[in-house]
Amino acid sequence: MDEILQKIISALDEGEDEQISLLVRQALAIGFEPMTILENALVPAMTRVGEKFACGEYFLPNLIVSAEAMKQAMFVLEPVMRQRQQMLKRAGVAVIGTVQGDIHEIGKTLVGTMLSVNGFEVHDLGVDVTPEKFVSAVAETGANLLGLSALLTTTMTVQRDVIQKLEDAGIREQVKVIVGGAPVTRAWADEIGADGYAEDAIGAVEIARRLLDVEGII
Amino acid sequence: MSQKILSAIDPKLRVSVLSEDEIRRIHTATMDVLETIGVRFPSEKALNILEAHGAQVDRETMIAKIPGVIAEEHLSRAPSTYTLCGLEPDFDLPLDGSHSYLGTDGCGVEIIDAFTQEKRPSTKRDVSDVGRVADALPEIAFHWVPLSAQDCPVESRGLHELDAIWNVSGKHLQTESIVSEREMRFAVEMAALLAGGREALRRRPVLSIMQCTISPLCHDAGSLEAALVAAEAGLPVGFMTMASCASTGPATLAGNLVVGNVEVLSALVLLQMAYPGCPVYYAAAQTATDLRTGAYTGGGPADYLFGAATNLLADFYRLPLSMGAFATGAKQPDWQAGVDNSLSAFMAASTGADMLLGAGLLHGSRIFSYEELLMDSEIWNMLCATLRGIVVDDETLALEVIRQVGPGGHYLAHRHTLKHMRELWQPTLMDRRPYSVWEEKRDGAREWAREKAQKILREHPGRPLEDGLRSELMKIIALAEQLS
Ligand code: B12
Repeated sequence: MDEILQKIISALDEGEDEQISLLVRQALAIGFEPMTILENALVPAMTRVGEKFACGEYFLPNLIVSAEAMKQAMFVLEPVMRQRQQMLKRAGVAVIGTVQGDIHEIGKTLVGTMLSVNGFEVHDLGVDVTPEKFVSAVAETGANLLGLSALLTTTMTVQRDVIQKLEDAGIREQVKVIVGGAPVTRAWADEIGADGYAEDAIGAVEIARRLLDVEGII
Repeated sequence: MSQKILSAIDPKLRVSVLSEDEIRRIHTATMDVLETIGVRFPSEKALNILEAHGAQVDRETMIAKIPGVIAEEHLSRAPSTYTLCGLEPDFDLPLDGSHSYLGTDGCGVEIIDAFTQEKRPSTKRDVSDVGRVADALPEIAFHWVPLSAQDCPVESRGLHELDAIWNVSGKHLQTESIVSEREMRFAVEMAALLAGGREALRRRPVLSIMQCTISPLCHDAGSLEAALVAAEAGLPVGFMTMASCASTGPATLAGNLVVGNVEVLSALVLLQMAYPGCPVYYAAAQTATDLRTGAYTGGGPADYLFGAATNLLADFYRLPLSMGAFATGAKQPDWQAGVDNSLSAFMAASTGADMLLGAGLLHGSRIFSYEELLMDSEIWNMLCATLRGIVVDDETLALEVIRQVGPGGHYLAHRHTLKHMRELWQPTLMDRRPYSVWEEKRDGAREWAREKAQKILREHPGRPLEDGLRSELMKIIALAEQLS
């Protein structure tokens, strides 16, 4: 395989996000097709990182730096692909955030990272996000997945408010709503009419894929 | 203090995990971060106070940089000793540097029912039931609101939780679930009612407050503003860092200590600027992130080391410490819970942490178990005995007794034995029976702990408030609900 693709693979493996942008630019400059870079370097490298994580060789920080590097590589590739009218096949478009009144961040961020590692375009709204903000982000991005994180018993009720506001805005049907966080249970998810619940980030990806009928990554 | 509460007193055994030089280096690094990087205080009220006292404030980012000399000057105003009061003076807890007290863990979201063993979301009734059991256990010196009263309205839930405990127990109460200025004002009203007025409350704080910092290097507006209200009323207030190695704090333990130290001190400095001399405490529950799941469960060597190191830091600043101990990711009261909770409590208590939190919760402070509460209490009982150490004097050297018994024979019938045997620690949950007895019954610590909890729940009425106070408390809560 070409040396430059090999370098991209190892930059992604090591999560060298600055290096990878340079390398992807270089590869484009010497004539590689964006699709080739994606399919022969980035995707297999990310899959390998995922496998190493699954078997315990890699830890979460490995996964996160590689996901970050992937994002940087896509920043370079996407405009070129758009120019050439090549479509990127996404697993879905996800909006995610921690609900209003709640500042617990890590779980939500991990769910976002795992979704993006698995081919979702992720819009992370951060923490303490109002229902209105969720609704307008869903409308603006055309998301088909909404992830609501709540770690407090006093804020989990906001998950219900968000679903209600989606109904009011007439876009409830457009988007699958998944919920999670310490006090959240499957029973709660059912009670508030969410489409799915997961106890951890890997479960979040599974449920998202099941709800949206997705196979394979990217 | 009364004999009603078991505490570790002046531990003879001392663990030292940091040298004086190492503590100084952590301090120097802390002051550097405080002064040059700063901490985010997303509250105008807090920023105004900080700025008025010489901090450099960026209104846009809401970051305040506090010069080291200013921080030190304000910290030095904090009292290093004071007393957490019970509704009954018998339960007063002097934070005098020589006692360590155990409290229940706080704010769980599910409970394993004492009778049905079913796991379910917690209610106000559960808060009160756990309160009664904790009231009856001498090992438990004070309450943290143990569970969330999820059947109560969101806007007054924290107040219902206080009400539930005060209606069953005279022990000191601490809460971590009141994170808005509005709700805190009502909590202060409730405490003042029980203490006999605002001034009396200042003298006898029957309630203390715990807030969290947001690692790395941030605070929450609601928590800050609630803390200011409590400090103004003279309630002891602590800020707890939960910096977690490799996610919200550096992967290295020393760096994590620095981040946490900056967060806690910055909040306490703010309180001292606002109300000089108000009682505050250092609080911490740092851990290491689980590298496979990202989970924050507590437990493991990082926790044990933090437990001991943080107390050295709190001592350096002459502040009482509340240390998160008894934290575990275990799902049941089992080997993992036993190891985690014994070691974390040992490390924190052997350095003299004033308050230890955490009895009773499993699965990273989420699920309350009565069995676990009883087992944690037994661990604490054992530790108090261990920390007392070995007394060496003529009576305990027992030379005369040894002479009398001589080679061979035994000490079973000696008067000296009868005199001292009750100083030897006695288990209530450890299984030392013959094998055949166990084989027949196949029970053990968990069953005994459960039975003990059930017995207390059936027989101990708690210490109900008189009807007048009871209805006055409810009036304050009703007002809080009306006004929200
Ligand atoms: C770390 C922590 C904090 C940190 C958060 C740091 C940060 N930057 O995020 C700090 C110290 C700031 C904090 C603050 C507070 N906390 Co806190 N916190 C925790 C703790 C110990 C762990 C949370 C965590 O980060 N876990 C690690 C991540 C990876 O796991 P996770 O969040 O559960 O997320 C996973 C799953 O839940 C799921 N998931 C999460 N979100 C989503 C979303 C979707 C869509 C899906 C599908 C799945 C999913 O996937 C994630 C990844 O695997 C929990 C207890 C616990 N073990 O959960 C308490 C806990 C949630 N906190 C609690 C409390 C009370 C507070 C405070 C109110 C305390 C205070 N007085 O200041 C404040 C909150 C203030 C506010 N307004 O929000 C209570 C809540 C109980 C209750 N009654 O509601 C808990 C349960 C602990 C306790 N028993 O006291 N906290």
